[in-house]
Amino acid sequence: MPSNKSVSDAPITQFINCRILRDHHLQREDLWVREGRILDPEKLFFDEKGYADERVDCEGSIIAPGFIDVQINGGYGIDFSQPSNDVSSGISLVAQKILEHGVTSFCPTLVTSPPSVYHKVLPQVKVHGGGRHGAGVLGFHLEGPFISLEKKGAHPEQYLRTFSSGGKDDLMETYGGLDNVAMVTLAPELPNSQSAVRELCQRGITVSLGHSVANLSQAEEAVQAGASFITHLFNAMLPFHHRDPGIVGLLTSDQIPPGRMVYYGMIADGIHTNPAALRIAHRAHPSGLVLVTDAITAMGLPPGRHTLGQQVVEIQGLHAYVAGCSVEEALEGASLHPAQLLGISHKKGNLDYGSDADLVLLDDALNVKATYISGEEVWRRGA
Amino acid sequence: MRLVILDDYAQSSEWAAKYICNRIIQFNPSEDRYFTLGLPTGSTPYGCYQKLIQYHRSGDLSFKYVKTFNMDEYVGLPRSHPQSYHSYMWNNFFKHIDINPANAHILDGNADDLEEECQKYEEKIQEAGGIQLFVGGIGPDGHIAFNEPGSSLVSRTRVKTLAKDTIMANARFFDNDLSKVPTMALTVGVGTVMDAKEVLILITGAHKALALSRAIEEGVNHMWTVSAFQQHPTTTFVCDEDATLELRVKTVKYFKGTRTPDTMRDTVECLLQIHKTHVDRLGELP
Repeated sequence: MPSNKSVSDAPITQFINCRILRDHHLQREDLWVREGRILDPEKLFFDEKGYADERVDCEGSIIAPGFIDVQINGGYGIDFSQPSNDVSSGISLVAQKILEHGVTSFCPTLVTSPPSVYHKVLPQVKVHGGGRHGAGVLGFHLEGPFISLEKKGAHPEQYLRTFSSGGKDDLMETYGGLDNVAMVTLAPELPNSQSAVRELCQRGITVSLGHSVANLSQAEEAVQAGASFITHLFNAMLPFHHRDPGIVGLLTSDQIPPGRMVYYGMIADGIHTNPAALRIAHRAHPSGLVLVTDAITAMGLPPGRHTLGQQVVEIQGLHAYVAGCSVEEALEGASLHPAQLLGISHKKGNLDYGSDADLVLLDDALNVKATYISGEEVWRRGA
Repeated sequence: MRLVILDDYAQSSEWAAKYICNRIIQFNPSEDRYFTLGLPTGSTPYGCYQKLIQYHRSGDLSFKYVKTFNMDEYVGLPRSHPQSYHSYMWNNFFKHIDINPANAHILDGNADDLEEECQKYEEKIQEAGGIQLFVGGIGPDGHIAFNEPGSSLVSRTRVKTLAKDTIMANARFFDNDLSKVPTMALTVGVGTVMDAKEVLILITGAHKALALSRAIEEGVNHMWTVSAFQQHPTTTFVCDEDATLELRVKTVKYFKGTRTPDTMRDTVECLLQIHKTHVDRLGELP
């Protein structure tokens, strides 16, 4: 049936025979899309007297919001931190490949590098939406160099830095500029970190704590100054101790300013974190869980598949390992929570009316069947 | 009047749905000749709607050439509120069928001029050629739509203040906060429903038993507004056993019919049997 043209000429698509993630539950409900956004069908019916132009039969699939990966260092032979002259094409390649895994938006992550690398790489990539060409780029995640020596992990020691000039100047000097940066991971125990945290937050950049030996008070101060994320919880930080829980203690801290939330990244591959530890974190603070891949260039399997496979396995793993973590919670950990973390949940990470129609169609085992960005199919299994 | 007594809610819902389905199919609506249907809301017709949706899904029934007119809607409640009758109709019926949205009419409780809205609704019904079949329910106090006790039996579509009882009964849908419950509604009048060619009233549950008995065993009385349909040429009351609890045994026996083994064969066939199979013989239903 043709749509009523009273409000808009744009075609309306109705996804039928599906279960959608809405209000934290999987519900047997149709999903309507127009002009790249989720449409309210009741309003369409009563206000516009309109109906669908096209119906897509999902054959019983689950429709979840497209996944958002806020920590991915590269993949498929690409390393985002390599100072090439053409960073864009590397990012584009990865952006395209991760569509197969239901990732519709991501933050290309740069590990600790010398200023020259940041100065060269950052200006080459702008925040941009996704589409057939690949997942959308939400901005860089700069993991380092303002991190702790003791917890550098795989980061190169010689490029670690401190806030010697007092915060803002250090940031600008090191990174060159902060446009197109979505998140910065730093160690809050570094002197003068507070002004850096505030400067970043003022610019709308998410501040994450990681690669740090901060104690709980230092971490809490950073949160009060605006920090809202923990980079790969448990890894590269002091272990939980009952007299000083350290950064991990933020999950249950009572010093978080009202109305604010601390999210935590989790590489739930069963390797970085013991599933039992993962469960403790999830039970303590289920709404803060953010699933990340932290994928790197060279993994045994093609990184993408590891990533996606990892993410999907993680979800399954979460489902299998974490009693009480439902499919819905796992899906939200990969979509809603990262969107909330980045402050973009008004248009991404959910299937609410008005949100961008970035979707992933999954079977019951949570394998990706198809990926959509702004209502357009950008990948389909077997196509 | 026909009184069709089925065993339970499920059976009465199914009978009513088959009846409606048959009427539409027999009418054979088309682009030039729409079937007009009056519709109720509430828990009583829910099962009937479910069945109609099922008939639609199995390909037996299309609403492409059907126009609907709902009985009522609250005043001042946002249309998207989960308790509005617009929401009820969308979620429980319209979104599952193929009706053209332009043909689904519900009174607008947020119109600037409520009286004009009521007037226009009456006009829309006229323009559509009148209602072929008006389906309704009955309140515990015998009201039809929001025509509460005392409503004129020749009333038309208008604004009504809700009875205290109704507001109290509705409170449970508004977090038990009386201040949130709507106090007024727009409703078709008793006269409006009487104008329909045919009327089908659904009544289920023991709490409706008294209302049913007053409606069909006593006189026509504006304190039990459904009683007005005693004066309509073609009215069918569909109910379950529980709704008959206040009726006289004689009334129930008459409509269900008495059956003894030797009378089965050649004497008057049981009325209920006739009614039960009536819906199955018509139309192309499985």
